[in-house]
Amino acid sequence: MNHARSYPAFLRDAVGVATDGGWPFYTWMTLLTALALVGVNAWAQQVVGGMGLTAMSDHVSWGLYIANFTFTVGLAAGAVMMVIPAYIYKDKAMHDVVIVGELLAVAAILMALLFVNVDLGRPDRAWHLMPGLGRFHWPVSMLTWDVVVLGGYLLINLHICGYLLYTRFLGRRPEKRWYLPFVMLSIAWAVSIHTVTAFLFSGLGGRPFWNTAILAPRFIVSAFVSGPAFIVLALQVIRRVAKVPIPDAPLHTLLGILRVTVLLNLFFVGSEVFTEFYSGGSHTASASYLFLGLHGHNALVPWIWTALAFHSVAAVILLSARAKEQLWLADIACALTFVGVWIEKGMGLIIPGFVPSTLHELVEYMPNELEWRVVVGIWAAGLIVFTLGIKIAVEIFAGRMRHQLPEVEPDEPQHAGGA
Amino acid sequence: MEDTSRRTTLKALGATLGAAAFARAMAPLAAWPEDLSIDELLQRHYKELSRDDMVRVLRRLEQETLDQYGAVVTIDDVRPIPEVQFGYALNLSVCVGCRKCAEACHVENNHDRATNQSYIRVLEIKNGSVDLAMGTVDYDHAVPKKGRSYMPVQCHQCDNAPCVSVCPIEATWKEPDGIVVVDYNWCIGCRYCEAACPYHARRFNWHKPEIPAEEINPDQAYLSNRVRPQGVMEKCTFCLHRTRKGRLPACLEACPTGARVFGNMLDPNSEIRWVLENKRTFVLKEDLGTRPRFFYFFDK
Ligand code: SF4
Ligand code: SF4
Repeated sequence: MNHARSYPAFLRDAVGVATDGGWPFYTWMTLLTALALVGVNAWAQQVVGGMGLTAMSDHVSWGLYIANFTFTVGLAAGAVMMVIPAYIYKDKAMHDVVIVGELLAVAAILMALLFVNVDLGRPDRAWHLMPGLGRFHWPVSMLTWDVVVLGGYLLINLHICGYLLYTRFLGRRPEKRWYLPFVMLSIAWAVSIHTVTAFLFSGLGGRPFWNTAILAPRFIVSAFVSGPAFIVLALQVIRRVAKVPIPDAPLHTLLGILRVTVLLNLFFVGSEVFTEFYSGGSHTASASYLFLGLHGHNALVPWIWTALAFHSVAAVILLSARAKEQLWLADIACALTFVGVWIEKGMGLIIPGFVPSTLHELVEYMPNELEWRVVVGIWAAGLIVFTLGIKIAVEIFAGRMRHQLPEVEPDEPQHAGGA
Repeated sequence: MEDTSRRTTLKALGATLGAAAFARAMAPLAAWPEDLSIDELLQRHYKELSRDDMVRVLRRLEQETLDQYGAVVTIDDVRPIPEVQFGYALNLSVCVGCRKCAEACHVENNHDRATNQSYIRVLEIKNGSVDLAMGTVDYDHAVPKKGRSYMPVQCHQCDNAPCVSVCPIEATWKEPDGIVVVDYNWCIGCRYCEAACPYHARRFNWHKPEIPAEEINPDQAYLSNRVRPQGVMEKCTFCLHRTRKGRLPACLEACPTGARVFGNMLDPNSEIRWVLENKRTFVLKEDLGTRPRFFYFFDK
């Protein structure tokens, strides 16, 4: 097999598939592109006008961007909940669709990286963060660890997706030694990305709201909520829209995982709340601000109670027997709990760390329109990557995108395994 | 086949429209390079600049200040003096909360005028407590008010500084004389240090600072009070452009009550040494292990 010829062919066909489809596809992609461009434009304004165009301040110096960063890192880590059943428990049905999780990991990490980059006051100096080029403050700064683990996770998953799709494209069976070690690595790595991201916050002694050992476990558990929830919804859409015959089995596996993680997540929130409120003292101020409001400042109260309500309703739905038969009920639960984690591990986690400030000033924060535009833009960009990845994968797995062996090489020996 | 060529045309049209829209979306960036030179873009870290590099950078920055603000300034690279360890102490018994120190900082350090920025915040706390949660910075009445005491807070130049540890690119570090500085031309503006500082000592340049030319303090240093670029972090530097030349910090000189004591802690005859040896001093949030160099004390 001549890769020098077949790989460009793969890329060319991939571009072809990625730009070809019916009207629903074009409409969806046009919509996403338009939204992404709105985000690009908002970011460009922010770069020129300064971060002061956002609602952040010296009191609340991280906002919606870092909230979404945290959440998308979790989403990327959560994708591993397909990988584990597929490869460790050798779940055949899951194995057939595991590429969805791997593509989600890629898209989510890209979003996470975009979210940190739009948060930089000097994006023109982003190269200072490159190991080797700048001055990498490793291993002391947790942020450098995050650069390493996020970059690594992206590369590992790009390799896995790329390899699996390319070999299928060639009509071959993927060789285990070229991807299985990476899959195993990606499982451990997935845990590391969200752990390190939790350490970013929990390592700060001056912010009692974050400075707790349970933060990393809480992060991991909520990743195992948001990841499976998103994948269930994605699989449902792929079944309906792309007419891919995906059986119910992987959905049930994912819902089985969710049933546990949703409860665990609520349990961790409860433990945290108990410790904060029962012991009292000024350490409780942030938690009070979040859940009850503090001295008339209560901007986050509706957010967090919405999140908890969504989580609880989702938990009840998932535990009910009916959700096992009627998947649309499970879909609702997934959507609810996805939004729930987005609030709770996003705004609900970042903002109270700053309110009250370290000198106990109460300055609130609500993202402004520009920040929303940037955030919507990045989500649209992430969905573009995910949609295209899925579309290419579907075409390849259905055998519609397959390498045409050029006729001049009729005697190319067939590979051993045979697909 | 006709369908294929129609599709190709449509795709080409889509791509063109997309590219045009992208260009439109990025258009605001056109205003950016105005104050962004290639030299600045490629400038290395402070500690990697040779003497010659530094001189070139300083002249460029002076020129930029002239071009952008219309002010003639001198920017020096003022280095630490050997055998000097700076320390600062503040007498809470005599501080009256007049905020003269904060004002002096505002002027000395070329802070943005519109936001009335300063590295010092003065807390008013009800007597009977030194709990920050009981304090407010927003008091607006004649001082000193009965039953209140005052506590100015600024960077404590911590010996175990969390802001320094967290910075991913060593844009902020501790100098040999104990002052924690920021290289404004290296910082990427991630604001991790601002989240890490337990004393609200760091300030971010959310916008490009605006100062009328005639109000700009022309006596500047690279690591301290030169006019900061947009999008980078800044903080109190114990006025290193003054103190490393034997002068006192601007906030100390401005204080009408003599509440502030500054000096070289290694000098046995210094006033700061006397305070540290003879007064009962305390530091803020000692339990965090940050080991501040800024001490508070009471007369009695
Ligand atoms: S007070 Fe804050 S900014 Fe100053 S050295 Fe300590 S941690 Fe850093
Ligand atoms: S804002 Fe600047 S100084 Fe602070 S941590 Fe980020 S790069 Fe370092």
